[in-house]
Amino acid sequence: MTVRVQEEDFDVGRELATLTAGNHAIGGLGVFVGLVRDIAGGQAVSAMSLEHYPGMTERQLEAIEREAHARWPLDASLIIHRVGDLMPGDNIVLVACASAHRQAALDATGFLIDWLKTKAPFWKREDTPEGARWVDARETDDAAAARWG
Amino acid sequence: MKLMYFAWVRQRIGTANETVDVPADAATVEDLIAWLKTRGPGYAEAFRDTRAIRFAVNQEYVEPNHPVAAGDEVAFFPPVTGG
Repeated sequence: MTVRVQEEDFDVGRELATLTAGNHAIGGLGVFVGLVRDIAGGQAVSAMSLEHYPGMTERQLEAIEREAHARWPLDASLIIHRVGDLMPGDNIVLVACASAHRQAALDATGFLIDWLKTKAPFWKREDTPEGARWVDARETDDAAAARWG
Repeated sequence: MKLMYFAWVRQRIGTANETVDVPADAATVEDLIAWLKTRGPGYAEAFRDTRAIRFAVNQEYVEPNHPVAAGDEVAFFPPVTGG
């Protein structure tokens, strides 16, 4: 179980290789990568800034990850979330779960990103032609998290 | 008591964190908010609609009726939008 909150970019290939290295019981890897889009709510987005709550953010991510391990037979998992100033196309988040079989790996990955979006203290601010705006939380994200019970 | 503000709550209040002596009768998070709203227009604007705000005491999510005490770290922020 690994959680990292960082300004630096991450290399997906290198992170996944490190996650599974030396464990040949792993038969499947579920992966989600979130990227900065250049449009949101019909408006062009030229840049994004991500704020977090140092300490609480890491604690929440670790708690979410522990919950995934309690629900599915995972061999390894990884959450990396970036903060600071990002540009369209940049990586925001990497979630990966390794298990013997695909279903646990895929389900746990979906669970982690859905829960992260509603529980982990991060806030996005987007730069648009009309100025900077804080991104509003979406009810569809709450619904996505709620389906996991 | 250490107070922390994030995202638009921080912008409206004009500071990221502050250490304050709160009145003795501010026993819960909602009491604390009622007192904070009297501290200036930025506070009043930030806490105008408390349904739009989430709270954490000592880095754990809590409900508005959660008790607060001197020495606690209390955070106020909008619903989260990471991922």
